Amino acid sequence: MAKFLLLPIYVIALAVPFFNRDQPELFGFPFFYWYQLLTVPAGALLIFIVFKLEDKGQGE
Amino acid sequence: MIYPAATIICLVLIAFVVGLGFAAGRWKGGDMSKIEEWGLGGRKFGTWISWFLLGGDLYTAYTFIAIPALMFGAGAAGFFAVPYTVVIYPILYLVFPKLWRIANRHGYLTGPEFVRGRYGNHALALAIAVTGIVATMPYIALQLVGMQTVIGALGLPGHAPLVIAFAVLAAFTYTSGLRAPAMISIVKDLLIYLTVIVAVIVIPAQLGGFGAMFAKIPPAKLLLAAPPAGSTGAYSGYATLALGSAMALFLYPHSMTGILSASSPRVIRRNAAMLPAYSIILGLLALLGFMAVAAGVKTMPQFAAGFKQFGASFSVPALLLNSFPGWFAGVAFGAIAIGALVPAAIMAIAAANIFTRDIAGPFLGTQPPGREALLAKLFAIFMVVAAVLFVLKIPVSYAVQLQLLGGMWIIQTFPAIIFSLYTRFFNGWALLIGWAVGIVSATWLVALNHFVSAVWPFHVFGWTVPSYIALATVLLNAIIATVLSVPLNAVAPDRVRDKTAAAEYV
Repeated sequence: MAKFLLLPIYVIALAVPFFNRDQPELFGFPFFYWYQLLTVPAGALLIFIVFKLEDKGQGE
Repeated sequence: MIYPAATIICLVLIAFVVGLGFAAGRWKGGDMSKIEEWGLGGRKFGTWISWFLLGGDLYTAYTFIAIPALMFGAGAAGFFAVPYTVVIYPILYLVFPKLWRIANRHGYLTGPEFVRGRYGNHALALAIAVTGIVATMPYIALQLVGMQTVIGALGLPGHAPLVIAFAVLAAFTYTSGLRAPAMISIVKDLLIYLTVIVAVIVIPAQLGGFGAMFAKIPPAKLLLAAPPAGSTGAYSGYATLALGSAMALFLYPHSMTGILSASSPRVIRRNAAMLPAYSIILGLLALLGFMAVAAGVKTMPQFAAGFKQFGASFSVPALLLNSFPGWFAGVAFGAIAIGALVPAAIMAIAAANIFTRDIAGPFLGTQPPGREALLAKLFAIFMVVAAVLFVLKIPVSYAVQLQLLGGMWIIQTFPAIIFSLYTRFFNGWALLIGWAVGIVSATWLVALNHFVSAVWPFHVFGWTVPSYIALATVLLNAIIATVLSVPLNAVAPDRVRDKTAAAEYV
């Protein structure tokens, strides 16, 4: 059931009305840009966690 | 204008990878008289090689030119490339290790081959095979366009450099198969990482920092336009474009080839967590479009001819020439040019695998291994030659439009390939009818858009919901395939023709 951790990736990456704004800025980046760049490592981390959890159960 | 230092560095890099391409044939005990070795690298690529190969395969020269060009021209809408390349990886993680297992057990090289094994329906498999090859052709052509932009920026005259580059590409693809792009992609990716990291440190510093750069972007381009009343506006357009493009990506033959060449399902799952590194690079690259706006390259006289010939696609080459000393611009251009060769080679090989296994094979009968491999090699050359002719004879805008259509078409194979990994509920004929309806309706809507926009304003319960046409039409495709499967399974059941076993899908 670790796979359900992949679902939030779609929510954070596709929540356009939430991230289509310029404030707060970070290092000069409007929110729209730094938020979306941040979804990349966030998504990778979730996939990595699922990978680790599933890998423990079965070595293939 | 001529840039001698940049030209020399760029040519040296290309010459180096061409040498690698020819040498790659002997890597990992390749016997090029077998199609599985030539066309799939013998399914031997471990985690790192797969990471480089898939990175080189999915993030192409065309992407590196087109996405910043979209930011340069249209602004924030071009940033959809980031969510697009975020949401592809859960799909890669969940779906493709399954396909790998089935393909490995039954010796399948392609997606259509799996579908034929699953349904025993030759018409359905042929439809999927042809879709793959037709969608791939303009994609290869656009890689050439990416390279052409670089050659043009260096001030090299005529078509000769492009023709030579792709003649050499055809030659090493013939001799080394998938091992050539696999080995070259290591060089290509390292160069791309180097270029992008240097660019995002040096260029914003020249512009006075990221804050100053964003301040120079017109406010209308900085964010998506807020939707008007009664419409989901640019929001649904942006989200559906990202999701639909993600669903289509791994159905392309070249993605499938890259994935099936991995040495185990675990390699694929691990790569789903590692490949996003490229998405960061792509996001930063997209911002080069804004840097080009802020640097004001469009109005510089030395770039006027380039912008006239290549349009917004010239923004990145112009920015690199403007911001870097000649030799480093040469490194960057080399990265983009090699970034065209890698996916072009994989696409030609993938199309050749499909032609051999799914079009020629069923008609000619089983071939001896040597002849099968020869057929594939010759078809790969044909694909490269056809793509060169395509680019030289047909206006670039047609290639872009066909690539847009290609995405709409390839996504129509989603139900037949992806759903079939989870259920045998569907009937082969129902999937074929769904595919046909999807292809026709998508093409029709794109034609109504005059082949320029991929988004159509659908009307749902009194709301206007602009959506990526591919996503909407594949939904229609799936509904039709589902509804028709019930009666068709009753009158023409095809479950007994399934050559795969239910236990293999667990």
